[in-house]
Amino acid sequence: MIGLAIAYLRDRPLTTALNVLLLAISVAMLVLLLQFGNQARDRFERDMRGIDLVVGSKGSPLQLILSSVFHVDQPTGNIPLSSLQLLRRDPAVKRTVPLALGDSFDGYRIVGTDSSFADLYKTKVASGRSFAAPMEAVLGAKAASETGADLGQEFIGNHGFSEDENGNQSHDHAPFKTVGILEATGTVVDRLILTSYESVWDVHGIAHADEVEGGNQDHGDNAHGQRHRTHSTATLHPPPDMRSPAILQANGTELEPELTALLVTYRNVSGAIRVPSMVNRQTEMQSAVPATETARLLALLGASIDGIRIFAWLLALTGGLAIFVALLNMARSREGDLALLRVMGASRSQVFLTIILEGLITAIMGAVVGWITAHSLISIARSNFPTLADLGLTPWQAAPAEAGLIAAVLAIGAFAALIPALRIYRIDPARTLARG
Amino acid sequence: MQLTVSKVGKTYDAQSVLSGISFEAADEERVLLLGPSGSGKSTLLNIICGLQSADSGWVSIGSEAISPSNGDVIRKRNMGIIFQTLRLVSALSVKANLALAQKLQNGSTDPAMIDQTLERLGIANRAKARPFELSQGEAQRAAIARALVVRPKILIADEPTSALDHANTQTVAELLLEAANDAGATLLVATHDDRLKAHFERTLTLSDGRLES
Ligand SMILES: Nc1ncnc2c1ncn2[C@@H]1O[C@H](COP(=O)(O)OP(=O)(O)OP(=O)(O)O)[C@@H](O)[C@H]1O
Ligand SMILES: [Mg+2]
Repeated sequence: MIGLAIAYLRDRPLTTALNVLLLAISVAMLVLLLQFGNQARDRFERDMRGIDLVVGSKGSPLQLILSSVFHVDQPTGNIPLSSLQLLRRDPAVKRTVPLALGDSFDGYRIVGTDSSFADLYKTKVASGRSFAAPMEAVLGAKAASETGADLGQEFIGNHGFSEDENGNQSHDHAPFKTVGILEATGTVVDRLILTSYESVWDVHGIAHADEVEGGNQDHGDNAHGQRHRTHSTATLHPPPDMRSPAILQANGTELEPELTALLVTYRNVSGAIRVPSMVNRQTEMQSAVPATETARLLALLGASIDGIRIFAWLLALTGGLAIFVALLNMARSREGDLALLRVMGASRSQVFLTIILEGLITAIMGAVVGWITAHSLISIARSNFPTLADLGLTPWQAAPAEAGLIAAVLAIGAFAALIPALRIYRIDPARTLARG
Repeated sequence: MQLTVSKVGKTYDAQSVLSGISFEAADEERVLLLGPSGSGKSTLLNIICGLQSADSGWVSIGSEAISPSNGDVIRKRNMGIIFQTLRLVSALSVKANLALAQKLQNGSTDPAMIDQTLERLGIANRAKARPFELSQGEAQRAAIARALVVRPKILIADEPTSALDHANTQTVAELLLEAANDAGATLLVATHDDRLKAHFERTLTLSDGRLES
């Protein structure tokens, strides 16, 4: 009977192709939405695990979260180094991770931090060791594999975050040295290059001999700092939309050591009550809760995603309707055939099944084509837009909900065939044959 | 297999089409049902095949009474049927039609027998053709092939030669007789064409819904 159903479908290739196409488009859209929604949400959750609060300079809280937790947007600005001590002294705070952002290498962001970072993200060194001295860098798994940087290799950071933006200049006077590569974590860390925040200052020529515990080296090379400052801030780097690294936004002529943001983990619930208000009241800084901002972002995205989803389901229903119409038309012109089948010994239910199978096979083809299309699109998009990979879209990984989705589409196909099939089921072969 | 028709009557819209039809066809007997157009031949054959119910009387195939409720099973098991108009399933090639017929009958196909049957009916070269690509005569022969490949114990044909010229009519008649012989099947052919009379050992004449004796 399957063979017969396929023969009938092949008998009207255009209609079949059209119906398959309709369903395929809707399945592709739904799968894309699902993948995007799921993986983005998943990824958000993994990336912000353990971070209760982010402290940064005033500006958009969402931007603060995006730049310092997900490493996708530009930082809001900078905050004084003293803020790190302020928070670390607070008894309700378990851990404070400093971040100094602003540079990148080959499109991978360089994050100046300290050992608390490894603590927060539970990173493990796969080869080499952690950074210790300034200008030592540890690469996330993905950053290492994509740039091909090996242990011992030196590289030069770029000012700004993108790979090939005009007006970026290399800090070619200050090369980083790769001392370690991290194990893959499935979080944003995989795409980061970690170093000490002092190194980030060094790159930008900021004197900082002894501000912090462990600020061990002497980097006060004034000539170098001076040179860097003149050539980067003043002459070559004015695009207003492109925020300069925090470190460069110094007051007056002196560059002061500063940080971009702090990732705070509370020791207990009292932290959640006290710390944000303390930060907002007593300092020039703002605090933002990743969970809140992410929820807001997802709600925003959610509204448009819901719109597209409804559209996609409508499309799937249209596909079902098209199958219905096609089969109903067929049912009329095929009454003779089906009467003959009955005479040849096919039972009522076999004939019924043939029609249902036609709907089902159309739906299966639509689902398969749509699924493959969606996943190919994801993999093509990923290779063209690395940002999507940042968001954690992985191409050939089926979400469990996809099974439900495909089952629903198959149900639409079968359901669309139901009425035509019932019609055929009820025909009286004798009358049809007698009519000729 | 023996076919028994007993006092079958059929009325359409208060108009009697068949009344008091009774006859028997013994195992392997060849019977011609001759009658003018509208005399009720197709109606009678439909009732015999269990496609239509009789208003009165009964039909039995072997020892089993046949009616639309058990027609499926009995047809599948015992009967090869060639219809006046509908011959083949339109979406399938000639060969696929024959294969489907076999499959529906016993769940498996016998390609050797299909080839052999097509060969004998002289349409082996049209095996891959779709029904709409066939001439009337080819389609008629393909329909006969379809009825034969299931090794029927009763072979029933409604106007099997209506679309054919004289030469083909003779050939097809011979083919039907030969096939029934080979299969050891009872043969019942309905026609208005009395040229077929010569080929059959027994002829029943139907007029106005009654058998002439
Ligand atoms: N479904 C039906 N409803 C009403 N009348 C019918 C129906 N089927 C057949 N008839 C009538 O019954 C009579 C016998 O029809 P039938 O088809 O059995 O004749 P036939 O001998 O096979 O004719 P032909 O040689 O033209 O095929 C005709 O008068 C026909 O109009
Ligand atoms: Mg007739």
